[in-house]
Amino acid sequence: MKASFTVNGKRYEVDVEPRMTLADCLRHSLGLTGTHVGCEHGVCGACTVMVDGSAVRSCLMLAVQADGAAVQTVEGLAHGDTLAPLQTAFRKHHALQCGFCTPGMLMTAHALLSVEPNADAPRIREVLSGNLCRCTGYLGIVDAVLEARDAYRKSGAGVGG
Amino acid sequence: MKLPVFDYAAPDTLAEAVALLAAHAGEARPLAGGQSLIPILAFRLAAPSLLVDLRKLPGLDTISISGTGVSLGAKVRWCDIEADSKLRAAHPLLAAAVAQIGHYQIRNRGTVGGSLAHADLAAELPGIAVTCDAEIIAVSAAGSRILKAGDFFLGPLMTALGADELIVELRLPPWRVERRWGFEEFARQRGGFAMAGVALFYDEHNGLARNTHIGVIGASSRLQRITIAEAVVNGRVVDEQTIVAAAQAAAAAVDPVDDVDASAAYRRALVATLVERALRRAAA
Repeated sequence: MKASFTVNGKRYEVDVEPRMTLADCLRHSLGLTGTHVGCEHGVCGACTVMVDGSAVRSCLMLAVQADGAAVQTVEGLAHGDTLAPLQTAFRKHHALQCGFCTPGMLMTAHALLSVEPNADAPRIREVLSGNLCRCTGYLGIVDAVLEARDAYRKSGAGVGG
Repeated sequence: MKLPVFDYAAPDTLAEAVALLAAHAGEARPLAGGQSLIPILAFRLAAPSLLVDLRKLPGLDTISISGTGVSLGAKVRWCDIEADSKLRAAHPLLAAAVAQIGHYQIRNRGTVGGSLAHADLAAELPGIAVTCDAEIIAVSAAGSRILKAGDFFLGPLMTALGADELIVELRLPPWRVERRWGFEEFARQRGGFAMAGVALFYDEHNGLARNTHIGVIGASSRLQRITIAEAVVNGRVVDEQTIVAAAQAAAAAVDPVDDVDASAAYRRALVATLVERALRRAAA
């Protein structure tokens, strides 16, 4: 079945089985392997991408459901070799170790700060509760998101993506 | 796991959607946000031959507040409810319960109709629907009908909805401004399914409670109001004595499931604690 959507501003036409999730479509059909697939049933948050501006679990969405949508993935955050503010802050605060959860963490935080650039630590923790990290203990991640807020306050949703 | 094989249709109108459900009765499932259905498919707990995606259907995404109560279209998402500041005043119990649903990403996709149709015993909205004596409007090719929430939920993941019917709306009766209410649930992780939860409200008249409604989620094999505990509260001052008596009555009345998440005894004790907390919150 055919579907057409943009990913990070670039238009893609795909012909996929209806049962293919958006996560698998991004990875297998489009080769965009930045989006990670963890639990495949909506618990771990590793596959989080943005669809029409909202953070969603791409393992709980069919690729055909994304027809006509604008998808943003972690590949869209950096500009070439220049990291986005969230990515810089993650590196500075050691907000990742193995890195498996990181694309989901980044896209969740990017979606949040794009809408709520003044989110406080409890709000950030609440939102990140949908993303599991088994390495860091979360402290560095929360610190990184807190620090990245400045960039979003200054330039709004135009940060990365 | 990868999802089982199915066909997919995204009809443009409600009439086409219910026609597809009727033509594939028992084999087709409606798909809205997919936050319950897709995991069910991933676990291979269901294998419908056709998913009827509702994303192109016009309407069904309206929140309306009027003298006749609060109406939620089936495609209203949790994030829509959270963002509606009028709704917080018009139905604070609903707003408090919805704030506990799932995670940020799930709240961006999960819908009213999906949660009702999925009918997880620990889900917040079915609990609110039953506690508030809500009505569920279902449409099929034959027409529409109104189902009382108390009759709608038959058991775990089981409802009175016909295979050819589609939920289009949830209607909650009007909320009295002075109404006292509480919502409490307990889960191991933020956003996880509650081991038990309690939604309740009562109206106060001359210092005495009346019209008490108490509903429990996640701790009985069927979603129903706990009328025995409601009777304990009605006609009394909601003081410590009433609160403890109601909590004990509710704990005795529930029929908790015993599973890997919690034992039946634990859930029963939890119900007592949560009724106490919710009544204290209501009376404060």
